[in-house]
Amino acid sequence: MSAQKPFIDIRHAKKSFGTLEVLKDISLQVDRGQIVAIIGPSGSGKSTLLRAINDLDPLTGGEIWLEDKQINMDLPHRQYERHINEVRQEIGMVFQHFNLFPHLKVRENVTLAPKMLKGLTDAEANALAEEQLTKVGMIERIDYYPSQLSGGQKQRVAIARALAMKPKVMLFDEATSALDPELVEEVNLVMKQLAEEHMTMIIVTHEMGFAESVCDRVLFMDQGVVVEEGPPEVIFRNPKSERTQNFLRKHLAGQKA
Amino acid sequence: MDYALMQRVFPFFLEAAWITILLSVLTAILGLICAMLGTAARLSRFRVLRFLGAAYVSVFRGTPALIQLFILYFGGPQIGIQLDAFEAGVIGLGVNVGAYMTETMRGAIISVDKGQGEAARTLGMSKWQAMRNVILPQAMRLMIRPLGVNLNTLIKSTALVAAISVVELTYTAQRYIGSTYKPFEMFLIAGLLYMIIIYVVGLAVTWADRKARLN
Ligand SMILES: Nc1ncnc2c1ncn2[C@@H]1O[C@H](COP(=O)(O)OP(=O)(O)O)[C@@H](O)[C@H]1O
Ligand SMILES: [Mg+2]
Repeated sequence: MSAQKPFIDIRHAKKSFGTLEVLKDISLQVDRGQIVAIIGPSGSGKSTLLRAINDLDPLTGGEIWLEDKQINMDLPHRQYERHINEVRQEIGMVFQHFNLFPHLKVRENVTLAPKMLKGLTDAEANALAEEQLTKVGMIERIDYYPSQLSGGQKQRVAIARALAMKPKVMLFDEATSALDPELVEEVNLVMKQLAEEHMTMIIVTHEMGFAESVCDRVLFMDQGVVVEEGPPEVIFRNPKSERTQNFLRKHLAGQKA
Repeated sequence: MDYALMQRVFPFFLEAAWITILLSVLTAILGLICAMLGTAARLSRFRVLRFLGAAYVSVFRGTPALIQLFILYFGGPQIGIQLDAFEAGVIGLGVNVGAYMTETMRGAIISVDKGQGEAARTLGMSKWQAMRNVILPQAMRLMIRPLGVNLNTLIKSTALVAAISVVELTYTAQRYIGSTYKPFEMFLIAGLLYMIIIYVVGLAVTWADRKARLN
């Protein structure tokens, strides 16, 4: 296992917005099928790191590799656009606020990109949408508009939409943070199911229980650096860093309140 | 009020109203074309194009439409642009309203949630594919009403071309005042016809807006 090249390889990632240094030399390796959780206080750079992986927020330094391909390559604009559009097809992303396309029905939300980018016929795309929506338990809502769905249902459709591109990696940026508490579980279940299928995932989350039960590895980020990383039982039960301990204590107190 | 006179001249005003409508339609089409180009320029990744788009908007919104018409119609021949009054009217007003419509379209596009474009891009769509399939369909709904406001302004500003003697409603009213000395009646007829045109266009805009919201 360890002899193998990492599936995702983030090397010395740096990112500044103007003078604000948001990522300060972050390195992270993820193996195929591994599930990594990123936790940390708000503003610590978790979203920025995730968004750097598919180049929504391009890095200002460092490299990101997916298998044997560098994602943030130095290419002339047109070539880079072609390159990044191909790379993005292999990386699924799920957002806190779902970002479903409100003008399209659930079905078209899922079929739009595969039809456009992979040249699927209507019939093929429909079959694909039905398969993915069945998987997330949303097949009965295939002819609904997003506005007719609950938050948990929207997020499950958003996951199906990402899965329809057959990505090699899934990125989740606080996928359940915007949901009412009673809707969190249905989304977590879908993510657990993906974990069982050995989907490679990076999950930014505030749900420590979920992270502990699903993830192979946990990263604690604060102020643009990885403070501590390790297996969930160590990070959650026995963290070495004082910053991690403080964060977890505050967080648990907040959850009980 | 001289009702008999009003009745007698009314058919001629109706004819002039058709000219006003034709002028409005052609101007609106030209304005929309200018606005699409202006919007594309303002949202371009090329600085030069963005600058040109911004310059277009601020020049044409920052000077009176009447001066723009005069420069084109009276000043044009000096620099080799020969247009008849109607052509100058359409081009002058069209380019002018295009500047306002540019801001309307750009405003609608940038007010579509940023997450929409990001979701499209993360699926692998190009900038243009995301624009065409995700952002524009949503922006379209947002721009119908404000474009309707631009259209309303445009119809009223066709009155300006009377100043370069296009025989539309306002010019016709002025001409009949010259021979009848009844400005109240003549302007009343013209105003009434403008109101009808604007009312009908307003209904159409409301209808289109409601239809766009439904699906
Ligand atoms: N587009 C941006 N422009 C300027 N600053 C940004 C931008 N995106 C994020 N930031 C800043 O970067 C820091 C990290 O943000 P983020 O990655 O969203 O943190 P997290 O997801 O951990 O809460 C914050 O201080 C935030 O204000
Ligand atoms: Mg965040």
